[in-house]
Amino acid sequence: MSASRVVDQKIEQSVRRRKLFDQAFVLVGMAILFASLLTLALLFAKLVHDGAGRFGWDFFTNFPSRNAGRAGILSAWVGTCLVMLVTVAVAMPIGVAAAIYLEEYAPKNWLTAIIEINVTNLAGVPSIIYGLLALGLFVYKFGLGESIAAAGLTLALLILPIVIVATREALRAVPRAIREAAYALGATHWEVTAHHVLPYSTGGILTGMIIGLSRAIGETAPIITIGALAFIAFLPTPPVHAEFPFVSFAWLNDPFTVMPIQMFNWLSRPDQAFQVNAAAAGAILLCMTLLMNGVAIYVRYRFRKKINW
Amino acid sequence: MSFAPAGASMLELQRRLRVRKIRDRFVESFLLLAALLAVFTTAAIVYILVSESVPFFAHVSLVDFFTDRLWTPMFDQPHFGIMPLVAGTLVTTFVALCLAIPCGTIIAIYLSEFAPYKVRELVKPALELLGAVPTVVYGYFALLVVTPFLQRLIPSLPGFNMLSAGLVIGIMIIPYVASVSEDAMRAVPNYMREGSYAMGATRIQTAVRVVVPGALSGIAAAYILGISRAIGETMVVAVAAGLQPNLTWNPLESAATITSFIVQVSLGDLPHGSVGYQSIFAAGLVLMITTLLFNIAGFFLTRRFREVY
Repeated sequence: MSASRVVDQKIEQSVRRRKLFDQAFVLVGMAILFASLLTLALLFAKLVHDGAGRFGWDFFTNFPSRNAGRAGILSAWVGTCLVMLVTVAVAMPIGVAAAIYLEEYAPKNWLTAIIEINVTNLAGVPSIIYGLLALGLFVYKFGLGESIAAAGLTLALLILPIVIVATREALRAVPRAIREAAYALGATHWEVTAHHVLPYSTGGILTGMIIGLSRAIGETAPIITIGALAFIAFLPTPPVHAEFPFVSFAWLNDPFTVMPIQMFNWLSRPDQAFQVNAAAAGAILLCMTLLMNGVAIYVRYRFRKKINW
Repeated sequence: MSFAPAGASMLELQRRLRVRKIRDRFVESFLLLAALLAVFTTAAIVYILVSESVPFFAHVSLVDFFTDRLWTPMFDQPHFGIMPLVAGTLVTTFVALCLAIPCGTIIAIYLSEFAPYKVRELVKPALELLGAVPTVVYGYFALLVVTPFLQRLIPSLPGFNMLSAGLVIGIMIIPYVASVSEDAMRAVPNYMREGSYAMGATRIQTAVRVVVPGALSGIAAAYILGISRAIGETMVVAVAAGLQPNLTWNPLESAATITSFIVQVSLGDLPHGSVGYQSIFAAGLVLMITTLLFNIAGFFLTRRFREVY
């Protein structure tokens, strides 16, 4: 055998080895990816399996109770809905307004730079710090107490960076030509924004808002910090009345509990029976978040398909 | 937009224009105010954390705070050494990173360099769902799935331990690490890859020796994001790691972290101005500063590795 044949063979071997290594990496990558996604499926299956005995009408219409079998999540889901209502009402207008300012109005100066740095940093602040902020500011300085209003405001601040970033992306996607066409017809800056840019970016804004809310709905730590109770056996004041003026905002000042806190409370009890309740509450909570994320992905997809620049 | 009817006088038109301009000015200042809320929030966080911890540090010296090996603020003979809580936070974070950094990076390399377009489009939203799961649900997973599983491998493992909490936090931050790293890798221009292939490199060689070094600044940012998340994570450790402050570097033991201490104290009755009340703000301040230190380190690291194409 000649020397060059040996060298050829060695090169071939080396190439084969490298290609094998390449394929091995693909397998490893796919395996890890698959394992991560499997974890999510496993988690969901485990919650549904463990909580299976509790899914029923009673679970939704009963108050928490000392008796695990009779305990339900009525006050928790009502509380979650009301807190989310406050969060949307605050985070949506402020977040969208801040994003419009940064994307459409802001001049390139130090003030804009400071605002942008702050938005980025706030996105990285641990959620429990927002809880401490709310405890010091909303609960004591503003005197809101351990109320639905305080919780809603806290979560609104928490998701504000998410809403701002998503809205800015949506606004940026609107082509310049649309703006210039409107200016050419004599529209003012605000008219261009409100009549043309905003309608086109509704999809992106909605997506961001839903993602933000899905984050807020599962947040536990900041709400515990402001002092939400876990054992609430009554409902907040109903927002609608039979007599004049029909609508009441007294519920804003009521004590409350929310789904994740109810789950945490059941989970931290040593009694096995309550952990079944925790699993059931967790499955419902997880369903809500996954559903919201699914809706967000769908909305993004729909709007992307509908608009062809 | 309102158009002037035919025959409207010049004066009338001028008046309308003025009104529109004033409205524009008004809207702009409202938008600016909304954007400034981000700055106010940061300022408020710093102000509340500092002002509420000042009374705490008035009767606990900084030397004691950092050198005392016990953290028992609620006992009759209180000790205020933050180190046990810091150790717990660092251990859980370290365990989380040991899982999340390799897995997240491999997933990112696979998605960016190997996966076909369709797989990537399908998997990325699914991976984001993994990051959207409420943290208290992950707590359930850590306590009732991961810990029993680990106990089969390590029979001496206590029911509450930092290992399972850390691993679950790791699973939780995989999507953040993977998604941000993948974006950074995709930003590396294609001619870099083509140059590498032209030299006879395989895909994995190109990925590891060309794309990853080129995207190192973005990948470092992804790791920093993961670290901040892991440090600030609250509910998983509060549920699964135990709530006893314990100065140890052994992940097989149970210990409290800064965040779980805040939750534990908040769950009890918390009169304004009590030692417990002050201590959670001091703990929050330490948490905030730790996160900030990592972020600053990350900022300089990313600048050091920045490649401009």
